[in-house]
Amino acid sequence: MSERTIITGSGIPLIGNDIDTDRIIPARFLRCVTFDGLGEQVFADDRSAMNGKHSFDLPQYQKAKILVVNANFGCGSSREHAPQAIARWGIEAIVGESFAEIFFGNCLTMGIPCVTTSSGNIRSIQNLLQENPQISMTLDLESLKVQCGHYSSTVKMDSGARNMLTTGKWDTCGLLTKNIEEVKATATKLPYLSW
Amino acid sequence: MSKGTLFDKVWNLHTVGTLPSGQTQLFIGLHLIHEVTSPQAFAMIRERNIKVLFPERTVATVDHIVPTENQTRPFVDTLAEEMIQALENNTKENGIRFYNTNSGNQGIVHVIAPEQGLTQPGMTIACGDSHTSTHGAFGAIAFGIGTSQVRDVLASQTLSLTKLKVRKIEVNGELSQGVYAKDIILHIIRKLGVNGGVGYAYEYAGTTFEKMNMEERMTVCNMSIEGGARCGYINPDQVTFEYLKDRDFAPKGEKWDEAVTWWGSIRSDADAEYDDVVTFNASEIEPTVTWGITPSQGIGISESLPTLDGLPENDKEIAIEAFKYMQLQEGQPLKGTPIDVCFIGSCTNGRISDLREAAKFAQGHKVANNVKAFVVPGSERVKQQAEAEGLHHIFLDAGFEWREPGCSMCLAMNPDKLQGDQISASSSNRNFKGRQGSAQGRTLLMSPAMVVAAAINGKVSDIRELH
Repeated sequence: MSERTIITGSGIPLIGNDIDTDRIIPARFLRCVTFDGLGEQVFADDRSAMNGKHSFDLPQYQKAKILVVNANFGCGSSREHAPQAIARWGIEAIVGESFAEIFFGNCLTMGIPCVTTSSGNIRSIQNLLQENPQISMTLDLESLKVQCGHYSSTVKMDSGARNMLTTGKWDTCGLLTKNIEEVKATATKLPYLSW
Repeated sequence: MSKGTLFDKVWNLHTVGTLPSGQTQLFIGLHLIHEVTSPQAFAMIRERNIKVLFPERTVATVDHIVPTENQTRPFVDTLAEEMIQALENNTKENGIRFYNTNSGNQGIVHVIAPEQGLTQPGMTIACGDSHTSTHGAFGAIAFGIGTSQVRDVLASQTLSLTKLKVRKIEVNGELSQGVYAKDIILHIIRKLGVNGGVGYAYEYAGTTFEKMNMEERMTVCNMSIEGGARCGYINPDQVTFEYLKDRDFAPKGEKWDEAVTWWGSIRSDADAEYDDVVTFNASEIEPTVTWGITPSQGIGISESLPTLDGLPENDKEIAIEAFKYMQLQEGQPLKGTPIDVCFIGSCTNGRISDLREAAKFAQGHKVANNVKAFVVPGSERVKQQAEAEGLHHIFLDAGFEWREPGCSMCLAMNPDKLQGDQISASSSNRNFKGRQGSAQGRTLLMSPAMVVAAAINGKVSDIRELH
């Protein structure tokens, strides 16, 4: 797994609090046994309701890599289909006011950093991206800074999650399966496993 | 930092070690899987040539995609058929217990695990479904995970996690007439917000929860995630033990006594320390209904919808969006709003006690002419029990449809969907835009009794006024 320290590219603003995973990927698209093809269906109903005016449909944001969202993004269902759809559309990092926990964890296992900053900073970045969509953004997980053109702000991320990304150790499966003997030892301490 | 709570004790006992990232490697005592979030996980371990480490600690069922009218195989929906076949193959190939349709044990994963006694106090329980918090009703640490984490549990029976803080939510007092567990949790979410619980496990404590039966406790814990809390739990007590006794997977004989002693020992200590404590008085809570597009947008049935001026600044934008989407006006009463569809079921309110309560009110009444109303039992066992008690006759006589078990119109992955901008009175857990299968569909969340009242009157009604 590769290290995730600096992500550079154009940004895409998505305005609104409490955008849930049903909106990110409506349940009917979960009728599948692989994640392939989810990128085209991301925000399907919101996009259809907005008749081409949804950020994900606007031509100026089509190459964006960094998504900029508001509070409680990704709340609701645990479906990993949601970050998978966002990632398959082209997003590599998300900057927001706050994230729902399961969504954050799902992004982490996929190597997608979700970092937070104040609502004021988010609005400023979203405004900049609306005024000048071509502006370049950089998220630096080492210095915990996001740069949007000349605008810069600090961002936060749980240190454990950040370490996993910056050291390239976000493949939890690889890490967890290294300790099988310890796992088995823990199992012997659990009374209910022998009932 | 919390200390001496059930959460701390169970977390510590299941800790395998600290990973290089600083996260905890946590052993998962019970892993539940279903057809939607597991096929990719099996593909991932297959790709890596990994075998399931503890196949006996994973249990599977099929619930999200099953049709509730005709379950004949192959399913009419070829995508649904492909998914159930994938689960059949994956469980067979890996030696995992699978409760298929018509096994007598199939149902919504959060209904079947408790009813079979798989869910027990002191366990860590994970499932690729956010409503896994339901199992916390037994004093388990239970939470939803994504598909890559399902992969991790299959491969290692563990997860990489950061420990949560613990908030005690104390509710004391008697429930007023017509007020149910559903109203309590809708009220809590309304007051603490949809993201108030992010970073926390919720411990529900106080006399109100102590007096609840296990199914009511499950309704409460089920919706913890709607308040942002990944897990919610209630300390196990005599009510828990009595529910579990003699269930299929409950310990028997001497093991039972050993289990009860251990279950008692993992309760939060009297002097446990919490990161936060919030208190409510049950008598102040009335039948609660959501009006918006997040579960925190709820009101007591005798209240009017909020006015924008009366809302905190942070809640205004989403309220404007909600009024527009729901076609409702600020300041108006919700009571009296015409309803198109009534749905009783889901992992929140699809258990036998929910159906009994709903039937009690449906008896002798008729569903209004313009309303489509249907009841979806949470499991094959719930359906069988309801039929043994004759509840299905009561529902059918009243004009409700009586269906086969599954998740159904809670999330509408099967053919049960709203059409156009239909509005539903629903005993489920989410009122998100498009949640019930139509991009313009509208959902009002409420207790099963309140859904019955809406069905009979054809509009949002107060169950306390139904005669």
